Amino acid sequence: MACVFVSKMKMDTPDQTLAEAAANGDRAAFAALISRHYDRVFGLCWRLTGSKADAEDLTQDICAALPAKLQSWRAEARFTTWLYRVVVNAAHDARRRNQTRGRAADGWGTWEIARQDAISEDRAAMDWLAQSMQRLSSELRDTVALVLGEELTQAEAAQVLGLSEGTVAWRMSEVKKRLRAMAAEEAKL
Amino acid sequence: MTRDTDDLAMLKAALQSNPVSDPAAKSAAIERAMAAFEKLEVPPQGSAQDLRPTSDRPKGVGLLSGVRSMFEILKLKPVLALSTSAAALFLGLAIYLPQGGFGPGLSDSSPIAAPDSAVFEEAPVVLAEPAPAPAPKPAAKRAPAEARARTEAVADNMRVESLVAPQSEAAADDLGAFALAEPTIAAIDAPGAQVPESTEAFANAEANPVKVTANEPVSTFSVDVDTASYAIIRDALSGDYLPDPLSVRVEEMVNYFPYDYPAPDVGEAPFRPTVTVMPTPWNPGTRLVQITLQGRMPAVAERPALNLVFLIDTSGSMQDPDKLPLLKQSLGLMLSQLRPEDQVAIIAYAGSAGQVLPPTAAAERGTILAALDRLDAGGSTAGAEGLQLAYQVAEGMGGKGEVSRILLATDGDFNVGIDDPAGLEAYVARKRDSGVYLSVLGFGRGNLDDAVMQSLAQNGNGTAAFIDTLQEARKVLVDQLTGALFPIADEVKIQVEWNPAMVAEYRLIGYETRALRREDFNNDAIDAGEIGAGHQVTAIYEVTAPGSPALLNDPLRYGTPEATVASQTAGPELGFLRLRYKAPDEDVSALIETPILAETPVTPDANFAAAIAGFGQLLRGSVYLGAWDYAQAIDLAVANRGDDPFGYRVEAVNLMRLAQSLSR
Repeated sequence: MACVFVSKMKMDTPDQTLAEAAANGDRAAFAALISRHYDRVFGLCWRLTGSKADAEDLTQDICAALPAKLQSWRAEARFTTWLYRVVVNAAHDARRRNQTRGRAADGWGTWEIARQDAISEDRAAMDWLAQSMQRLSSELRDTVALVLGEELTQAEAAQVLGLSEGTVAWRMSEVKKRLRAMAAEEAKL
Repeated sequence: MTRDTDDLAMLKAALQSNPVSDPAAKSAAIERAMAAFEKLEVPPQGSAQDLRPTSDRPKGVGLLSGVRSMFEILKLKPVLALSTSAAALFLGLAIYLPQGGFGPGLSDSSPIAAPDSAVFEEAPVVLAEPAPAPAPKPAAKRAPAEARARTEAVADNMRVESLVAPQSEAAADDLGAFALAEPTIAAIDAPGAQVPESTEAFANAEANPVKVTANEPVSTFSVDVDTASYAIIRDALSGDYLPDPLSVRVEEMVNYFPYDYPAPDVGEAPFRPTVTVMPTPWNPGTRLVQITLQGRMPAVAERPALNLVFLIDTSGSMQDPDKLPLLKQSLGLMLSQLRPEDQVAIIAYAGSAGQVLPPTAAAERGTILAALDRLDAGGSTAGAEGLQLAYQVAEGMGGKGEVSRILLATDGDFNVGIDDPAGLEAYVARKRDSGVYLSVLGFGRGNLDDAVMQSLAQNGNGTAAFIDTLQEARKVLVDQLTGALFPIADEVKIQVEWNPAMVAEYRLIGYETRALRREDFNNDAIDAGEIGAGHQVTAIYEVTAPGSPALLNDPLRYGTPEATVASQTAGPELGFLRLRYKAPDEDVSALIETPILAETPVTPDANFAAAIAGFGQLLRGSVYLGAWDYAQAIDLAVANRGDDPFGYRVEAVNLMRLAQSLSR
């Protein structure tokens, strides 16, 4: 269990310190770090994939790869920014693997099936979300997941995505346009 | 505006209602993490991240972007400073392609290809650029009210302030220095800056930096006669939004316009270079050097017979009025320009590819038009299959001395049925050598994949054009029929050696996707752009004289660049221009050399090209323009509009005005 590894004194230690210690081989620090951020990673994975099962798989992959990746963490960025970037890249890789396996859906495609048993009101909202997300390209989805889902500023999202802030702003305006187009279509029905 | 806010708020709320993580999954994941942690005994000092494979095709900016990024990195010198008021010389390079008879040997390849990507394969392509995420064109149904709403949206509370000033406010400082991916100088400033891990990073393969002549006296690039970027910008601006800065390729904007450049004399090289030196509009301390090439325009009557295969995307996404219907009209227009002995075949591809019209003499216009009319959109896209069929048909049509070309018309949706875009490009490149060329016509903006278009055309020795209006179709398919379809010079490379006595710093405006290594210039195996009949190419340098207050770099304390013999004796030469090209069908390149002289008359065309170059840089958010703004660009363009028989320049001025109002 996770709590086994987390010593109390680590709870207030800043991410940066933990990450540095973990990169230098401090097992307890790594354990603290990963249990602290598991939910955050899982949340973003869900926003990127649109499926709980996929998000869990992806989160697990990221967790397993994290020790190696931490070696290259050099405190140049805030830890969470770096972590978001790791997650976005992992989701991107997963998407690409899925594509090469011939799966048409690259996220947000399996949502409706997965949620059939949910209560209907909830499902309506989620259907809307899945529909909206499906209308966005994967780039736009990544951006939305970070800016709206994780509430990053556009500058932060730009850092995570390795883009200019202007491009993130541009993408968000694209998202608005598509949502508007979708709303207009719905109004017509 | 409220509508937008509501949509975003709904999306935000929905996205934040993520399921709670499952405790069992969580502890399993953490256990795996701990196990992985223990396996890493000694932390190796290499980064795991760096090992991440980047098998992604660079998206959005064309096949070459990765290569280009690589070049940029290779060439980076710690050169740039941010201030912009240097005395630079503005060098423009215009290439005139001569008019006159087409030698029999001059008929085969076509305009513009890109450096052969195969050549670069050995070097790992570290940077990939993300697609400029094709702007979905909410068009067509766009009502003025909606347009207004869009403008307001920019001003609403959704943190879009930086939309119009992408390079302003660099990322917040508390986010350390993950490779600042600003398209401008920030990245360039730090040559050692780490390569961003993301395969989506635009990274620093952005606007060409200012180079110090003493360090790097030679600038080498391939010509580019594509114009797709201009049409994409026009489409964005007409839709009331500023184009993504990354979709702006300045050279394609400048090259969009016809100029009155002197044509080559009969019996001379197939194109004629001219150099114009003029004051820089945006910087009194610098000059612009325009190098222009004008291609020879062969008499249409003398051109060889033409075999055209229209490969037409009829997937469901093509049904918008600005796609398949416009395409039908466009090709109809083009038919009237063909000669009776030319042949046309039509292949449609959607769910499956099929020959709609077997090779038919252009004289049978009715048959061809009827076949075009029967095309109907529906189904998904099987681009690769269609392409193979098209090549098969084209190869069957070719006769001796004839030109075979596939015109691929698509909205760029190659997603279904192709698991390997890189393989598709390689296929096109192989076919290029079999003598069948490929040009790509892009339609619509819904899912136009600029990257695929560019790379297919570049690999297929063709042009990529984006067609958004019937007028554009006329320009691309009718007015420029000969140029687009008849190459007169292959592998055209430009190399400029600057004279450090006259030019201390220089900057090539645009051509970022066309950079070549210095040694590639003399290497005939390196692919470069083609020039078609009548094509014009303009390249513009901004150059700064030694001692100018506009210099961005201080002289080195310990380096005393030795003046070469040439620079002492060359007198007023700013530099030396070398051009290499191959006549179509030839394997050995020819060389044209000419000095760049300081004093040349300035034509209205040169001023107009400078205005467009400035416009493009404004759209890109260039840091070199100082306070120069759309107002000045408009004044300069208006004052140098010239005859403008087709109205292209007036249109450009209107676009500048749109951009001006959108950027406020």
